[in-house]
This record gives sequence, C-alpha cells and structure tokens, in this order.
Amino acid sequence: MTSGPVIHIERLCKEYQTDAGPVPVLHDVDATVMPGEFIAIMGPSGSGKSTFMNILGCLDAATSGFYLLNGRDVNAQSRDELAHLRNQVIGFVFQGFNLLPRASLEDNVALPLIYSGVKRAERLKRAGEMLEKVGLGQYRRSRPNQISGGQQQRVAIARALVNRPRLILADEPTGNLDTHTSQEIMALFGELNERDGITIVLVTHESDIAAHARRLLRLSDGRIVYDGLVKHAAPAHLEATR
Amino acid sequence: MIGAMLGEAWMAMGANRLRTVLTMLGMVIGVGAVILMLAIGQGAQQQVQASIASMGSNLFIVLSGSTTSGGARMGGGAAPTLTITDAQAIEELPSVLAVAPSSPGTAQLVYGPSNWSTQIIGTTPNYLAVRDWRLASGSTFTDSDVRSATRVALLGQTVVRSLFGEEDPLGKTIRIKNSPYVVLGVLAAKGQSLDGRDQDDTVLVPVTTAQRKLFGTQFAGTVRFISVQAASSEAMPAVERSINELLRQRHRIREGADNDFTVRNLTAMANTAAETAQVMSLMLGAIASISLLVGGIGIMNIMLVSVTERTREIGIRMAIGARGKDILLQVLLEAIIISVIGCLVGVGLGVGGAFAVNKIGGMAVLVTASSIATAFVVAATVGIFFGWYPARKASLLRPIDALRFQ
Ligand SMILES: Nc1ncnc2c1ncn2[C@@H]1O[C@H](COP(=O)(O)OP(=O)(O)OP(=O)(O)O)[C@@H](O)[C@H]1O
Ligand SMILES: [Mg+2]
Repeated sequence: MTSGPVIHIERLCKEYQTDAGPVPVLHDVDATVMPGEFIAIMGPSGSGKSTFMNILGCLDAATSGFYLLNGRDVNAQSRDELAHLRNQVIGFVFQGFNLLPRASLEDNVALPLIYSGVKRAERLKRAGEMLEKVGLGQYRRSRPNQISGGQQQRVAIARALVNRPRLILADEPTGNLDTHTSQEIMALFGELNERDGITIVLVTHESDIAAHARRLLRLSDGRIVYDGLVKHAAPAHLEATR
Repeated sequence: MIGAMLGEAWMAMGANRLRTVLTMLGMVIGVGAVILMLAIGQGAQQQVQASIASMGSNLFIVLSGSTTSGGARMGGGAAPTLTITDAQAIEELPSVLAVAPSSPGTAQLVYGPSNWSTQIIGTTPNYLAVRDWRLASGSTFTDSDVRSATRVALLGQTVVRSLFGEEDPLGKTIRIKNSPYVVLGVLAAKGQSLDGRDQDDTVLVPVTTAQRKLFGTQFAGTVRFISVQAASSEAMPAVERSINELLRQRHRIREGADNDFTVRNLTAMANTAAETAQVMSLMLGAIASISLLVGGIGIMNIMLVSVTERTREIGIRMAIGARGKDILLQVLLEAIIISVIGCLVGVGLGVGGAFAVNKIGGMAVLVTASSIATAFVVAATVGIFFGWYPARKASLLRPIDALRFQ
C-alpha cells in the first residue's frame, strides 16, 4: 500500500445534472500519483479543476470511471468508509479556509481528531503541535476572525495535517492571499512535501505558485492536455489563467 | 466521543443564545404546566379519597321529606317525618349493621371567655360506628345517657381548638344555650367532607338532649335524618329496598303516593365523586400535555432552521471526516439538551407553582415522584422524537452539497 500509487484513476467522467439536462465536465481523465509527489493543476476557469479535486477528495462522486485511493476502490466504499478516508488519508485545504468561526484555533485544528476518536488531552496536545509547526503556537485560544487571511490558511493547513494524512489536496489555497503571503504558504507546502514526504496536489492559476511543484497537470475543457514536469512544460501550459 | 459531541452541541447552542433560550421556554412551559396540572388533579383526587375514607363504609342517609322527580328535596323546612322508632325498626332489618338517628342544629358554645358557633348533632352512640369515627380521648356517651337525656357532649377537633386552645377539655363544663354540658370525649380528626365542609367543626350530644333541651321538636321523638350502615356493599341494593318498604308501611303511604322521606346511597355518591375527580385529573393532564407537544414542535422548528443555517459548517465537518452518524448525534444531542434543561427548569417551575397555588389559592396539591419522572421521560422523548427529523436530514447531506451551500 505504501509502495503503490496514492491515487490511480482511469477513464474518470463527471457530468452535473442540471435543469437543462446533464452537463459533462470531465472526460475520460486518467492519472496516477505516486507517494511523495508534488503536483500543480492548472487550467482555465471552468475547465473542471475543482470538480476533479472534489472527486479526488471523496467529497463528490464521479459519474463513471475507476478511482483507487491509497489502494482502495473508492466507488466500493460506504458513506462511513468515505468519511474515514477523508479523516485519515486526505487533508483538504480550501480557497476560503473553511474554519469554524465560533471555535478557537486550537479547537478548529483538533476537530478532525474528534471524528477519529482521540481523547481530549491528546487532541489538544496534537493541535498545539500542529499550530507550532505552522508558526501560530501563540494564537491557540484566538478565533479565526482575529487573525489574518494568511494565518487562517495556516490554521486550515494545520487542521489538514493533524491526522498525519498521506495526501494533501488544496484547491486554490493561495487564491485569497497576496503574493508575499502566497509564497510563505507555498514554502510551507514545499517543506511538508520534502521533509515529511506528504503527497501534495494543488490547484492554482499562477505560474509562480505552480513553480513550487515538480509535476504539472494542465486541464482544458475537462481533459488533461499536459502531464509532465513543470520545468519541461511549454509556456502556454504555464500561462496564468486569470 | 460522546463528551466531545456534547461539547460541539453545546458550542452550537451558544451561537444563538436568545433563540436557544426561547426554544427552551416552550419546553419549560409545557413541562411546568404538566407538573402543575397533575399536582392539582392528584391533589383533588387525594382529597376526595380522604373524604370518602372518613365517611364510613356502605352508608345510607335517610332524610325527612320527599324528593321530586327532578331530585330536589321537598319540604326541607317542614316538620320532620322520621322518628327514633323508625330508626329502631330499620335496625331490625336484615343486613343492617348499625343505625343512628340524628337531630342537627346550630348553637353558640361558651367556655370561659371563648365562644364558638357550630353545628350540634343530637344522635346515639351508634353514630360513631356508622360514620367510622373514633375518639381521640375520653369516652362516648352511652345509651343510658340517651334514655335520660343528660347534658354531655363530644367535641370535634376544630371546636376543641377554638374553645380550649391548648387546654385539655376532658371533664370540663361548657355552656350551650346557657346550660352546662360536661365534655366526655374528643373526636378524632376527620378533615373535609366531600362537599368541602370541615367535619371536625361538630359537637355530638345525645339525641334526646338535643330534642328536649336544645332545639325542641314540634312532634316528640322526630329526627331530621337517620344514618344506616349496611353489612356489605353487595347488600346495599336490598337494604335500600327494604328501608323504602318498611318506612312506607310505617308512615302509611298509599300505593302511588310520594315518599315523605328520601334514602340516599352515600357510598355510590362518593364513588361518583371519586370518578369525577379522576376524570378531571386526566383532563388537566391531557390539556397540559398539548402544551408539551407544542414545545416539542418548537424544538423541531428551531432545529430545522439551525440545521439549514449551519449547512456549510456541516459540510466542513464532513470534509474533515465526520460520518453521518456523528452529525446526527450532534444535532440530536442539541435537541435533547434543550429539552432536558427545559424540563429541569419546568419541573422547578411546576413544583413552585403548585406550592404557590396551595399557599395562595388554598387548593390541595400533590406532586408525586412519578409525575416528575413522567414529565422527564416525556420531555426526553419529545427531544429525541422532534430532534430526529432535523438530525437525520442533516446527516444525509452530501458533503459537496453542504460545502457549496450559501
Ligand atoms: N454543481 C454544479 N452544477 C452544475 N454545473 C456545475 C456545478 N459545479 C460546476 N459546474 C460546472 O462545471 C464546470 C467546471 O466547474 P469547476 O468549478 O470544476 O471549474 P474550475 O476549473 O474549478 O474553475 P475555476 O478556475 O473558476 O475555479 C463549469 O462549467 C461549471 O459551470
Ligand atoms: Mg475551482
């Protein structure tokens, strides 16, 4: 399991059901992600990046195709088993941070541990360690609205890390942040990937964000049009899309 | 795990305190009303039962005067038609245990500086047996006191308290209508009668004394009513029939003519009163339960709103690993906490209210452990029942839909 791919998908299709009929968004996507990879996904707005990430994160189901996550056939998992995968294997980081506004930073970070049945003392200890790791150790009792956007994203990353997942999925994690803060967040991702060997897949519109990754997936109209090293990508594939 | 979920539910409730408190209020009022109504209903029931127990068993009262077809007694003020010899004749009937003829009246009692106006019943020693009335102290007057119409008296507890206070009344002489009477005994406390009169506010004297020396009678030997105790409840219909036959014969009432007396089955009346009290008690409880139901619906309403409001939060929780049942448990716990806290406050309010009704309104109340337990179980059930639907609705959300919810 540790040696096999973290993600393996074949002929993945997704269509949304709308009032105007089914809208196909992803067409026969194939991809394999090995442990320790650092991948950036780029593509024009509406090309299906978020749709793809949500399926990878087990937040949404594909219409057809095969998805193997950490050696498990995702389509065969029950609702509870999918929740377990989201809890243990994946750490999801959102563009809008998605912290609970009424909970302290410490409680926000500790939240995934509640659903893995960890005792309170242990939960708080690990949440504290994670906040230290993202450089926010002194803000344990603060609320999300008392810190900056960059700091909130660090808290969200700490929350994604607290259950020691193999895979971090981040959908435009720097989309709401200024350039300087974005670089700091990317440095944090780089460190997690290099030092801790965590596999990272992130979506971005900026080529200098994508430059932190090793591999690039370029999506266009729901199809992968480039899959290779960032440094070998043609300028068109790295083109900023915003 | 439950502890952590309790914490999460608690935090969610704290987010909108006013709303949580208002929701609780529905529960508080519902439970308070149930407790209070049950207390009043059961209090009334208990009082009726105590009165019945104090009445004496298998009891008839034969009254002077007839009843109309409508049931109202005629000639209440007219001359009594019953006599002591009627009573003696009834006593000879089969299945009759004891008979006591009585002549009641009202008079002023005086002892030292105190005086007290009360009901005085002239009767025979049998009266105590028929009414199941014991003596608290002293002894009763005897048949020979009745024969010679001596001036002796038995006092009820209220009379003793009013005239003597702490003093021992035995052997003392009181004055009734300016004549001296020796207190032979004190009657045991009986409490209220079914119609709410204080039965202890009574003096018993020999029937002959009452007739000749206290009130006088237009016709010698007549009495206002006769108490009759039957041997068993099964024998009561037969006894009633034979009393009717006997008195019609003795009073020479022609076939077809109305009775000049009335036989009342007090035991049957008491049973009716007990049933009425029970029905009242049930109805009060039922009415109060409706407010509990309304409180429950209020909880469901608020939980539905708060689940919708927190759809995004539920999506976040699901994205980081909450299972459907974790979400279900959190929402359900919230509903249960609201209803149980509301119930606790409601019990306090209900018990306090019952106490106030008793102290201020003077109504009999009875708060039982079982009525509190019932309210508690019902409240918890209401919480689970009405929390279930919103909780289940939340738990069935798909993570992506919940996250996208605006
Ligand atoms: N819930 C939905 N129902 C119907 N259509 C949807 C839904 N979500 C997305 N779409 C459509 O699917 C397509 C892909 O959307 P998606 O959000 O995956 O794009 P994206 O690449 O993430 O874009 P962006 O860069 O703007 O975030 C779009 O055309 C969008 O309109
Ligand atoms: Mg997107």
